[in-house]
Amino acid sequence: MLSSISDFFGNLFSVESTADFLKISADLWEGFQMTLLLFALTLIFALPLGLIISFGSMSRFFPLRYLTKLIVWVVRGTPLMLQIFIVFFTPGLVFKNPIFAGDIPFLFFEVDGRFLAALITFVINYACYFSEIYRGGIESISKGQYEAGQVLGMSKSQTFFHVVLLQVVKRILPPISNEVITLVKDTSLVRVISVIEIIRIAERYSSKGLIWPLFFTSVYYLVFNGLLTLLFGYIEKKLDYFKS
Amino acid sequence: MELLKVEGLKKSFDKTEVLKGVDFTLGRGEVLAIIGSSGSGKTTLLRCLNFLEAPNGGRITVGDHVVYDGDDKKRKSAKEKRENQLKFGLVFQSFNLFPQYTVHKNITLAATLALKSAAKKEKMSSAERALALEAIEKKADELLSQVGLSEKRDSYPCQLSGGQCQRVAIARALALGPEILCFDEPTSALDPELTGEVLRAIKSLKGDDRTMIIVTHEMDFARHVADKVIFMADGVIEEVGEPEELFSNPKSPKLRAFLQKDDI
Repeated sequence: MLSSISDFFGNLFSVESTADFLKISADLWEGFQMTLLLFALTLIFALPLGLIISFGSMSRFFPLRYLTKLIVWVVRGTPLMLQIFIVFFTPGLVFKNPIFAGDIPFLFFEVDGRFLAALITFVINYACYFSEIYRGGIESISKGQYEAGQVLGMSKSQTFFHVVLLQVVKRILPPISNEVITLVKDTSLVRVISVIEIIRIAERYSSKGLIWPLFFTSVYYLVFNGLLTLLFGYIEKKLDYFKS
Repeated sequence: MELLKVEGLKKSFDKTEVLKGVDFTLGRGEVLAIIGSSGSGKTTLLRCLNFLEAPNGGRITVGDHVVYDGDDKKRKSAKEKRENQLKFGLVFQSFNLFPQYTVHKNITLAATLALKSAAKKEKMSSAERALALEAIEKKADELLSQVGLSEKRDSYPCQLSGGQCQRVAIARALALGPEILCFDEPTSALDPELTGEVLRAIKSLKGDDRTMIIVTHEMDFARHVADKVIFMADGVIEEVGEPEELFSNPKSPKLRAFLQKDDI
């Protein structure tokens, strides 16, 4: 019994040498950089796009409203993994033009087409989720705030950006932080179109019989999500000075 | 010469007619109290004057300027709308202060934003802008001292009592210099012990030749502060007159019933 336990830990932590450990950690870090890049770019584009989509879903022009709601329904109602496949394969298989298969020139550098396909999918997917959070937040602000803006001669956009928005941000911070943390973990899905990220690299080692890199991978995620949790806690605290 | 003239003002929500043709005039510097039971249309009347509801007919004139004409279907420009809007100021029942800004910023915000967009359009020099900004800030400080809240300048609304919030709201409504200041049941959301400070603040404004319209349930206040009282019932003005006359010698049976309900 004792020996089997020690075997278990022996297998778990079978690090042959410090040099090995450093090399594998560096490999994993390489993969995690891809994760971070996809995460950051998705947020940069999806957060504002979500706001635009939420305006669409609240529009008084009903064709736009229903079209937006239809898109949000489709995007939220189908698996992200399926969407990644569809975005990646459609140009090649439907239009005989596999734009995402190779590198794509962009401004002064080349972008990996697979990564771009993944990024586009993530941005659209997350923007739809964000849009519903925004809509809930915006609709929860009392009509009196808009009316106060109006009687003071402020324009609708002035009222929105200078009065309503910060109150919305304060209210939606908890659900947004949930989505953001989910996004960190969802990035691992890009492996289905062979974008190499951290789990993919850890898996290479486990298929060679080394299990600890898989466990160690979780440390990367945990540390990063821990930092995000602290960041959101900090912002929430910063906005604690007013009640809305 | 009257400052405000309202003629045949009508408003319906779906099929319910809330205002069935309201006519009245108000002179410069006069204080008008509007009383009546809930559902009589008094708040809707005030909201129509402040463009928070679009009337379905009638005419509103301020000075010699028609701000609303039901027969004129032409769309107004944003600039014209804003000018008409700013002829009126409104103090809400529920204050509607901006929670994320200090008391002082609540008062200056609208004027500062207006200055910003004007500066862009008219290519103001930065010196001119700074001067205008200083004037806005100074005016806000004056208004704050007028409502007795100078020491709360840098507090946030959540740190104030309801009565203090409402006094800030009054200062905010005055900041843009409206010709007519309206109050929509300004003390209805307050605890009874806080109504006094707000009513005193409103009363103190009366001296400076300020034209005011107050929708209120405070009969004593209407009686002692108003120059003119309108009693509304079922979407029309049932009776109008000087407070002393109207309260001690009500002619309409509806007003008599309304006043009796008030003293138990």
